Amino acid sequence: MSISVQNISKSYKSIQAIDDVSFEVNEGELFGLIGPDGAGKTTIFRILTTLLIANEGNAKVLEYDVKQDYKAIRNSVGYMPGKFSLYQDLTVEENLTFFATIFGTTIEENYDLIEDIYVQIEPFKKRRAGALSGGMKQKLALCCALIHAPKVLFLDEPTTGVDPVSRKEFWQMLKRLQQKGIIILVSTPYMDEAALCDRIALIQKGKILKIDSPSNIISKYDKTIYDIQSNNTHGLIHDLKNYSSNYSVYAFGEFIHYIDKNPDFNSNDLKKYLENKGHAEIIIKNATTTIEDVFMDL
Amino acid sequence: MKKETIIQVENLTKKFGDFTAVKGITFDVYKGEIFGFLGANGAGKTTAMKMLIGISNPTSGKANVAGFDVLTQREIVKKSIGYMSQKFSLYDDLTINENITFFGGIYGLTRKLIKEKTIQLVQELEMQDVADNLVGSLPLGWKQKLSFSVALLHEPKIVFLDEPTGGVDPITRRQFWEMIYTQAYKGTTIFVTTHYMDEAEYCDRVSIMVDGVIEALDTPKKLKEQFKVDSMNDVFLKLARNIE
Repeated sequence: MSISVQNISKSYKSIQAIDDVSFEVNEGELFGLIGPDGAGKTTIFRILTTLLIANEGNAKVLEYDVKQDYKAIRNSVGYMPGKFSLYQDLTVEENLTFFATIFGTTIEENYDLIEDIYVQIEPFKKRRAGALSGGMKQKLALCCALIHAPKVLFLDEPTTGVDPVSRKEFWQMLKRLQQKGIIILVSTPYMDEAALCDRIALIQKGKILKIDSPSNIISKYDKTIYDIQSNNTHGLIHDLKNYSSNYSVYAFGEFIHYIDKNPDFNSNDLKKYLENKGHAEIIIKNATTTIEDVFMDL
Repeated sequence: MKKETIIQVENLTKKFGDFTAVKGITFDVYKGEIFGFLGANGAGKTTAMKMLIGISNPTSGKANVAGFDVLTQREIVKKSIGYMSQKFSLYDDLTINENITFFGGIYGLTRKLIKEKTIQLVQELEMQDVADNLVGSLPLGWKQKLSFSVALLHEPKIVFLDEPTGGVDPITRRQFWEMIYTQAYKGTTIFVTTHYMDEAEYCDRVSIMVDGVIEALDTPKKLKEQFKVDSMNDVFLKLARNIE
């Protein structure tokens, strides 16, 4: 096991940040912690990177204990915190040199690891980090986390606030790093990114609700979801919520996702009901289940 | 039905030294619509929005917001709009009640009205039990809902929302959009940016900005037809960096 977390709990005064959390990350795995703000993701990262001590439980990273062997862990992991933590008033190049020097290495020594990413920000290497756009900052932060060739990479919400194009590029980079043998623990509030991990833990309010591969999580979901559309989306949500056998109703992109309580649900009955409520251009069809659907039903 | 224009933007441009962040954009927003203002990081969205809310002067071009010129009547513009940013919205070390009172005062509401509004707002948000708790102790999704309501305290004609749902959980994100729908239904114009492409589908019309220029502007349905794709995510990917 490359990362092993056993019954970890941590509270801040009256707030229980994480409650009896256990999971394991295997050699070569890209593992995702999926959950909203306040779920406890950052606390887990801070415990595993030895910046915080848990109240209860044990954790190991690369066979090192997070309490006893914290120095060994700090030398062999890279950490990209959620908050941009580079020096805003140093240039791109200065930041990278600074982090390389701290770890007793040079940019040249591990250049092959960061090359793919660094070439994209190299044209701006004389620019101060504070003046970079969001996507560029993320790339620089990733380079700084990689410069000492870590065996494990901890990425805390690397794509929050990043546009869809940069998010896609960022995940392509992570896949390439994984192929180089780096173990990656990444957290995200974007449910569509969960599908790109080997395994994920769904986490909410300090508890892990499920751990599995994204495809297993979806295939084990036993309810049927319907895509529903009409010419009046706002009214449709309202009317579906008043339909007697509704189990759940929520907007999902261009459709409304609807789940019925009855196993013998008849879409024609629902269609008639909606027509009576004045809806037109009604579409009711089977939807594709996503991680987000499963998450909302936990 | 004739649509009433509430934001008119003509050749709006902003330069920082040699760099042109916003390159002569032109568009209209109609009263009561939910207008999605999308774009990649660094495309110029925030710069454009700052000009529309009267906190940054255009280098050239014109914009009229709620009937007022953003260059010559910026103080009246500020009074006619609400603004909610993701980064800074409320004071963490004030309670919910104190934040409402504070912003009510800033917007020049009377003490009596502030009292009424505070009770009403806390009730609507179902935050009675936590009204005297510090805002800093609330979950992000609650903060964002509260901050949206605070931006509406002075009953503005338009509310500008800058990434209101970033990092918020899926359920609260949808509750937030129901608040947006309700407000738009009452006639408030919503001008919103987001990186969640499913939320782009909830907008009446969407513009996509690339390198300081508005590359596309239409209803989500028509944009998908135009680019021959199934989702707004694919529209965005095609436009913003020609990634197939």
